[in-house]
Amino acid sequence: MINYIKGLFKGLWSLLVGLKVTFREFFTRKITEQYPENRSTLKMNERFCGELTMPHDENGNNRCIACGLCQMACPNGSIRITSEMVTDPDTGKQKKHLVKYEYDLGSCMFCHLCVNACPHHAIEFSTGFEHAVFTRSKLIKTLNKQ
Amino acid sequence: MFDFGILTNWIHTQLTSVMSEGLAIFLECVIIGVLLLLLYVIIAIIMIYMERKVCAAFQCRLGPTRVGPWGSVQVICDVFKMLTKEIITIRHSDKFLYNLAPYIVILASVMAFACIPISRGLEILDFNVGVLFFMAASSIGIVGILLAGWSSNSKYSLIGAMRSGAQMISYELSVGLSILTIVVLTDTMQFSEIVMRQADGWFIFKGHIPAVIAFVIYLIAGNAEVNRGPFDLPEAESELTAGYHTEYSGMHFGLFYVAEFVNLFIISSIAATIFLGGWMPLHIPGLDGFNAVMDAIPGFIWFFAKAFFIVWLLMWIKWTFPRLRIDQILTLEWKYLVPIGLLNLLLMVIVVVFKLHF
Ligand code: SF4
Ligand code: SF4
Repeated sequence: MINYIKGLFKGLWSLLVGLKVTFREFFTRKITEQYPENRSTLKMNERFCGELTMPHDENGNNRCIACGLCQMACPNGSIRITSEMVTDPDTGKQKKHLVKYEYDLGSCMFCHLCVNACPHHAIEFSTGFEHAVFTRSKLIKTLNKQ
Repeated sequence: MFDFGILTNWIHTQLTSVMSEGLAIFLECVIIGVLLLLLYVIIAIIMIYMERKVCAAFQCRLGPTRVGPWGSVQVICDVFKMLTKEIITIRHSDKFLYNLAPYIVILASVMAFACIPISRGLEILDFNVGVLFFMAASSIGIVGILLAGWSSNSKYSLIGAMRSGAQMISYELSVGLSILTIVVLTDTMQFSEIVMRQADGWFIFKGHIPAVIAFVIYLIAGNAEVNRGPFDLPEAESELTAGYHTEYSGMHFGLFYVAEFVNLFIISSIAATIFLGGWMPLHIPGLDGFNAVMDAIPGFIWFFAKAFFIVWLLMWIKWTFPRLRIDQILTLEWKYLVPIGLLNLLLMVIVVVFKLHF
């Protein structure tokens, strides 16, 4: 009997706590984004994965050494690297040089394995999300500047 | 307080002056029927819109915003969409019962709806055992739900219908007990009388402790009666697809959907009527100036404000708590609500006998 009454009041109390939480939620600012209208002011969350990019510095150089680790790490085969061997004019040594870095947005699943694999932090994800295009071939992007 | 009875009497005398009494009454019945159905639909549309907005707010969203200002035309568009949809007949179903079920549900709902006193003189069904009639009429809906589940020849529908049968019949008891508590206080079962007796204070204040307990029990049981909130077992989406109306499509589904929302409104407005004074303005005995100001607000505004406030309360509950299991639902009813309701009835009798109420 005593357990019954204790359980009743404990249950009631926990229900009231739940009601308090949702009551507060009712009056908080709503997080819905009115997308096309607020397009100019929209701020995406920093960690949102939009598409893969390769940042370039002011001279147009990227940090990629064409090692191919990202290509090997990608489970979907979304990355294709074309490289060539060039001779360094100072040391005379053979060195790999990136010719073309192709990234297929259409088959990427945004898993970040390529970004994690890169030893030089040459690639990263941007927050851009407006990916719609009319043909599949437009989704295959060349990330490095030639 | 404006008495709509004057207006209706005037219409009646005007009609009888040009035609026979029987024909006039027939004509009035037709007009009132049409108006009732119209009000029914309007309430359903308002309720669905409100449900979407309130639910969105509780989930930190905005709800419909695109169609019309603040999404207000959205529901009307949905109604038209529903009307244009095909009504599919299931091959191995019991055709007659399958088609009949939604109409039984809607019939029960409309009959209960007609009992609600909206304003002074605006009562459609009002007689000395109104409360009893309301309880009886609203429970016909269970038959419709059971038929729907049985005749559609689908295991999901059947399980949903069986659950709703167990649940609604059990909770009827608590609804009845809490209404009975107030009937003990008022010694009348006529809705218009119940409202009139609250002229010097609503029953939730007049009956203090037992009335408040009865109010809470009524809200819980009423929520379960209309298969909503944490008690939406009959249509538990995650386990039964849609419960008893899984196999329904087009407007037949629409009828179930509309009936569910209007039932919620009916439960709320009955709660508003018997606990919060219905269309009776807030009167505090002794403060005549204040009472006069309150009287200036028309009765139906008071009524709708109270009813929608309780609808909001029930939506708050619905969007807060997770769904119960069937055994938990029955435990809650038979081991908690019914004993507490009975004790509360006893308490109310003591309060009335010893004149401890205000
Ligand atoms: S995010 Fe994953 S799927 Fe996309 S390119 Fe990188 S490794 Fe491949
Ligand atoms: S992006 Fe990084 S991992 Fe990929 S080839 Fe260039 S340096 Fe290697």
